[in-house]
Amino acid sequence: MTEFLLAAAIFVLAMVALGLVRILRGPGDADRMMAAQLLGTGGIASLLLAGSATGEAATIDVALTLALLAAFASFAFVKAHPAPRQDESAREDDA
Amino acid sequence: MNAVLDLWTVLAVTAGAILFLAGTTGLLRFPDAYARLHALTKADNLGLGLVVLGLLPQVDSVSAGLKLLCIWALVLLSGATASQLIARVLLRRDTHS
Repeated sequence: MTEFLLAAAIFVLAMVALGLVRILRGPGDADRMMAAQLLGTGGIASLLLAGSATGEAATIDVALTLALLAAFASFAFVKAHPAPRQDESAREDDA
Repeated sequence: MNAVLDLWTVLAVTAGAILFLAGTTGLLRFPDAYARLHALTKADNLGLGLVVLGLLPQVDSVSAGLKLLCIWALVLLSGATASQLIARVLLRRDTHS
């Protein structure tokens, strides 16, 4: 079971690393942010898998921290792209 | 009983890994940003969920299992919210430029 879990962790990590090609290619900021979000989730998954394989309980806490940080990264990205300047034209909500 | 639990772990973790493969493929191959967002959320929510469900029989205490479920819940909540917000940024970019 240990070997299987470690292999799964490496596989998920390799998939996420492959997804980072999207950061290189773009084309938009949002595409790059999506790849970063996938990196966050995949990192959590492979941390949990590796932690379960090695019996290291602390990796669960690291994964929890990573989940929190990945959430904040996405929200910071959205905050960095605020709604366009308010003008007289009809405008959607800006939340 | 142990063999059944191990089999469940292998099945669920494999399914989760396949969803990560699908998410990466979608992120790299889909033509526009909205489709990529769609692929990403599948990998996020289902892939990690299946991995967590598969690991549940392997934990040695109830609190560790609850922590795993908490991580999944946090990722579900933040992933759903972040996808909505990113889609809104994309929509704004497409309608204003």
